[in-house]
Amino acid sequence: MDLLDIARWQFGITTVYHFLMVPLTIGLAILVAGMQTAWYRTGKQRYLKMTKFWGKLLLINFAMGVVTGIVQEFQFGMAWSSYSRFVGDVFGAPLAMEGLLAFFVESTFLGLWIFGWDRLSKGVHLACAWAFSLATVLSAYFILAANSWMQHPVGIELVDGRPRLTSIWAVLGNNTVLAAFPHTVFGCFAVAGSFLIGIAAWQIARHHRKSDADDEDRRAWHGSMRLGAWVAVVAFAGLAISGDVQGKLMFQQQPMKMASAEALCHSEAPASFSIFAIGDVTRPDCENVKSITVPYILSYLAEGDFHSEVKGVQALIPEYQAKYGTHYPDDPRLGSFAGQPIDYVPNLPVTYWGFRFMIGFGGLAAFGALAVLWLTRKRKFPPGKWWAPLAVLSIALPFLGNVAGWVFTEMGRQPFVVVPNPDPSGVDGVWMYTASAVSAGVHPGEMLTSVLVLTALYGALAIVEIFLIVRYVRGGFDGVMPPKPPEGEEKSGEALSFAY
Amino acid sequence: MDLPTFWFCVIVLFWLGYLFLEGFDFGVGMLLPVLGRRNEERRVLINTIGPVWDGNEVWLIVAGGATFAAFPGWYASLFSTAYLPFLVLLVALIGRGVAFEYRGKVDTARWRRTWDAVIVLASWISPMIVGLVLSASVFGLPLNEHGDRVGGWWTIFTLPNVIGALAVCGFSLLHGAVFLALKTEGEIRERARRFALRAGVPLLLPVIALVFTAQLLEGETWTWVPLVIALVAALAGLARLYRWRDGQAFALQGVALVGVVVTLFGALWPNVIPSTLDPAWSLSIAETASSPYTLTVMTWVAAFGAPAVLIYQGWTYWVFRKRIGTQHIPPAHVPSA
Repeated sequence: MDLLDIARWQFGITTVYHFLMVPLTIGLAILVAGMQTAWYRTGKQRYLKMTKFWGKLLLINFAMGVVTGIVQEFQFGMAWSSYSRFVGDVFGAPLAMEGLLAFFVESTFLGLWIFGWDRLSKGVHLACAWAFSLATVLSAYFILAANSWMQHPVGIELVDGRPRLTSIWAVLGNNTVLAAFPHTVFGCFAVAGSFLIGIAAWQIARHHRKSDADDEDRRAWHGSMRLGAWVAVVAFAGLAISGDVQGKLMFQQQPMKMASAEALCHSEAPASFSIFAIGDVTRPDCENVKSITVPYILSYLAEGDFHSEVKGVQALIPEYQAKYGTHYPDDPRLGSFAGQPIDYVPNLPVTYWGFRFMIGFGGLAAFGALAVLWLTRKRKFPPGKWWAPLAVLSIALPFLGNVAGWVFTEMGRQPFVVVPNPDPSGVDGVWMYTASAVSAGVHPGEMLTSVLVLTALYGALAIVEIFLIVRYVRGGFDGVMPPKPPEGEEKSGEALSFAY
Repeated sequence: MDLPTFWFCVIVLFWLGYLFLEGFDFGVGMLLPVLGRRNEERRVLINTIGPVWDGNEVWLIVAGGATFAAFPGWYASLFSTAYLPFLVLLVALIGRGVAFEYRGKVDTARWRRTWDAVIVLASWISPMIVGLVLSASVFGLPLNEHGDRVGGWWTIFTLPNVIGALAVCGFSLLHGAVFLALKTEGEIRERARRFALRAGVPLLLPVIALVFTAQLLEGETWTWVPLVIALVAALAGLARLYRWRDGQAFALQGVALVGVVVTLFGALWPNVIPSTLDPAWSLSIAETASSPYTLTVMTWVAAFGAPAVLIYQGWTYWVFRKRIGTQHIPPAHVPSA
């Protein structure tokens, strides 16, 4: 493996890992703020219990999201310094804005929220919860704006071969981010919804067996599960709608990505949507691919009508070659890529199956959430033992869907890191090969060391996080509610209500 | 002052904020086994920074992000050239962050011992790396004409950079001790104060060595002024601490830090990283700066963002202003296995 491969593996591993924490954090933070609002307005004890319990799980996950986020920011400079030099004028701005306008708010108000019980008035404390949870959403916006610019460069002119920012509003209002942001946020709620369903289902099943189950607690679990199910169902509806919008944009902006997502080798009119392929999708000439297809649907996904032509990989290759050249420049900084022919087709199996897994896992989870809503209507509890373990397992589904979606998005833009856009609303002529983005001065051994170290560290931390989450889930509400002081043995009135 | 120079000053301010704020929380972590003998005492130490350490760390992220936006060439060369040191810093910061959050989540001695070790180790390593890479930026790196490193990862370990590593470590240790004297009460406060008074002058020696190295190698005439201010403030701080004026001592530490940082970056100006191979390949403020438009956008962002940060972070310190001692620590309450 050369430097580029190692650097790409590292980016993939660290980013996918970080993005396991992020959606749960964003979705759960807002739901917890909502639960605390319910407690603030009604004063009901069960809402306080919900806030404390889900809030604790949020914090365990939040810590991991924050610390792995630092790696994300630093590795642009560490592993992709040529990229950073090339795009810094544009790409750095949303990243710095995220830090200054969102991340500071998140971390500061999170600290106030954790330690501020009883120290702040109830209203101010609630405001802190909303401040940090909304800031997580704002963070997501800035990061997605930066990512969307790589998919669809706007708001720039070329000066001495480098993109120069001409309009920050164009970058922040890029139609690509306007489509990606709702899709990503709905994805976060889908994750949080399934998380609530799975854990609450497990608790209800346990309480069901216990005859002395506290009725108040059971209502809180039931409420959590219904809340999770509603959130998940609405989120999945939003995912479908925003995904459709995003897909149509991508057919214009990155036709090669969508053609590979469909393993569509030859142009078709009308084009059919492939549900499942049997055979070899690794070859862009499509020999041996047998696919179960639905006619007309791909035309509709691409253009919004059922008969339009959709271009296939084979038709796009000459278009890309005509516009962006057939060979990499003969520059020694490109390493083994210098002077080689450019392969414009992204990894087909990864894009094809990534797209299908994204939709498939998402759809399965949506079906599960709907089933939960049906089974728990009128405060009923489903009978039998089979459904709780199933609900726990289904927590994984939207996570897998998220991962598949990101892998598809990022792998689908190869061999570019900044994708040239044939779409007239983008600035054509601006692109960067992934091969020329990597840090030229870093030794492959250094890069390999960091991949191994970070992978081992992330693996170990995953075990710790899951161990803690399981422990707190088992502890239920008793594990998070402050213990009542024994009669007449009040320690000192000034003890902190919460401390590490 | 032109925009690139203005942004150079803004970056200096972010580093100053970072070193001042996370400096003391690094120090608290370093002093955990020294000043906290029982678990309850260790919890006092950790809770002095509990609500604020996360916000403090964001200053580093913003310093990095702002450098990316305002001086992409500086960001790219420094971070890729010091690849392995930054990796170690990341590992330390990851460990430290989860350790604070997870330490109290299981009530066994072994669990706490493990995370305490992570906190202590990471709190020592982090300021060392920060000192190492900041010094490398000031004293230069073996950069070629593309801004890439020539030679192996070890080229960063020069004598001035190692002094820089020790200096940030020493400062953090002293700063943390003074902070603890200010934020705790009872026996811990006395121990912290005694530690700062005894170790103060030795801990300042690498800092003094660092500023004089920078001044003599690359300093300007005017940078003697902040250098002298730094020295006077540092010693005055110790004197105030001796008189039990913790707050004034802490503030004077801050003044000393301003003096040191201004001296270092004053010596660096108008470069951002000198090349030790050929002065023609040095990265300068003018060459690495982003376009005037980008810098203008960033100026507006900072003009609204930075004062807001100072206000709400200041408010956090006000909310948690009370000194704490062992009597304030609530009993552990975690779910049982």
